[in-house]
Amino acid sequence: MGLKVKVDREKCQGHARCAALAPELFALDELGNAQEIGDGSVPDALVDKAYLAKANCPEMAIDVEETK
Amino acid sequence: MSARPPVNDWSTDFDHLDPRWIENPYPIWDELRDKCPIAHTERFRGVYFPSRYEDVRAVAYDTENFSSRRIIVRETPPPRIPAPPITSDPPEHRPAKNLLLPAFTPDAIKRHEAGMREICGKLIARFADKGGCDAAVDYAQEIPVRVIAVMLGLPEEEGGRFRKWIHEILEAGITRPDILMKAIGETEEYFRNEVAKRRAAPTDDLISQLAAAKIDGEPISEPHLLGAIRLILIAGIDTTWSAIGSCFWHLAQHPQDRKRLVNEPELIPTAVEEFLRAYAPVTMAREVIKDTTINGCPMKSGEMVLLSFPAANRDPKMFPDAERVVIDRKENRHAAFGLGIHRCIGSNLARLEITVALQEWLKRIPEFRLDPSAKVTWSEGTVRGPRKLPMLFG
Repeated sequence: MGLKVKVDREKCQGHARCAALAPELFALDELGNAQEIGDGSVPDALVDKAYLAKANCPEMAIDVEETK
Repeated sequence: MSARPPVNDWSTDFDHLDPRWIENPYPIWDELRDKCPIAHTERFRGVYFPSRYEDVRAVAYDTENFSSRRIIVRETPPPRIPAPPITSDPPEHRPAKNLLLPAFTPDAIKRHEAGMREICGKLIARFADKGGCDAAVDYAQEIPVRVIAVMLGLPEEEGGRFRKWIHEILEAGITRPDILMKAIGETEEYFRNEVAKRRAAPTDDLISQLAAAKIDGEPISEPHLLGAIRLILIAGIDTTWSAIGSCFWHLAQHPQDRKRLVNEPELIPTAVEEFLRAYAPVTMAREVIKDTTINGCPMKSGEMVLLSFPAANRDPKMFPDAERVVIDRKENRHAAFGLGIHRCIGSNLARLEITVALQEWLKRIPEFRLDPSAKVTWSEGTVRGPRKLPMLFG
């Protein structure tokens, strides 16, 4: 079991807070909109950053889900 | 500023050009948020003022009932002055915005970082050993105009002319349509000329890129092109310098915060987010285009809504200790750059400018305070920042 981050691309407006706070987990496209890196898996060492990114997204576009 | 009928009841007769609002709007907003969360006024031809974060967000997200075709509250009959995408509603909005976004991603604006540091260093060198300065006039106001000029490929020496247009369009023009329209005409003539120069000899600046841009395979129209260039010029200057100025206004009065940022410069980006929350410079507006309600409050078509992201940022329901500036605040989904589709295109640029302005100053002038013998004055209208910020060093 682990955590995954997911960016809702419909809600994302490119504030780029996630990429600033957790560049290991989020990348920006050529328009500056965010997406999770890879499948969004969060290594243990980055769990705090994942939740910090979620809490700082003004559009509430980031989900942190538990996966099995 | 000419005398205005005084406000007796902010709930039914608010006036954002009232001297009390200009001097210190926060207590007025706090009281309204508590007692009359969606205030109204007949001034400016009828305007609503939501002050709760949830209501501001609801208006920002509702592009069906709240149009961006008018985004500045004015006293006079509104001319429609397009400046895509800020004045665009869906479906025109997205393609117009996508035209500009690539030039404003964090990677794209990073190219300007070295230039920004150089500008800041040169400005500081002019006053560092003079014992004091006006941090708004001598520093904050000088930075964004130069950065935007470089991006647009315009001479930095024209900064005075750009600032004049901004004042005329965003401040004086609120009550004087003649001043507004004259300024708009001047910007159009100026940019038409700049576009023509680049069509003859293309450069790699933003004006060249926009002049060559296409939407759905078609070049953009001249009104769209001139409006977009004017938008970048205006949006990129007044706003950012206001934010920079507010940071220094705060730090000049809070030695603990200042010392902490000097000793822990890695905290500066987090502090910048908190300054953006607490001192957000930009208030937008929308035109109500269909009778509707927000949170039970009926709003009439034809009136305007003052969309106060700064007031939303002070909502205690959203931000614990909302009235306190907490420079290491960890959870800070503030709305200084807006919410929804009209998120400020320049947000990454603004953040970098503010951060660099603070870093370069604090490295060289770690101790400063407000000059007790002089007065801080604030801008009026849609963008809030210190216009005069006299300081003493040490």
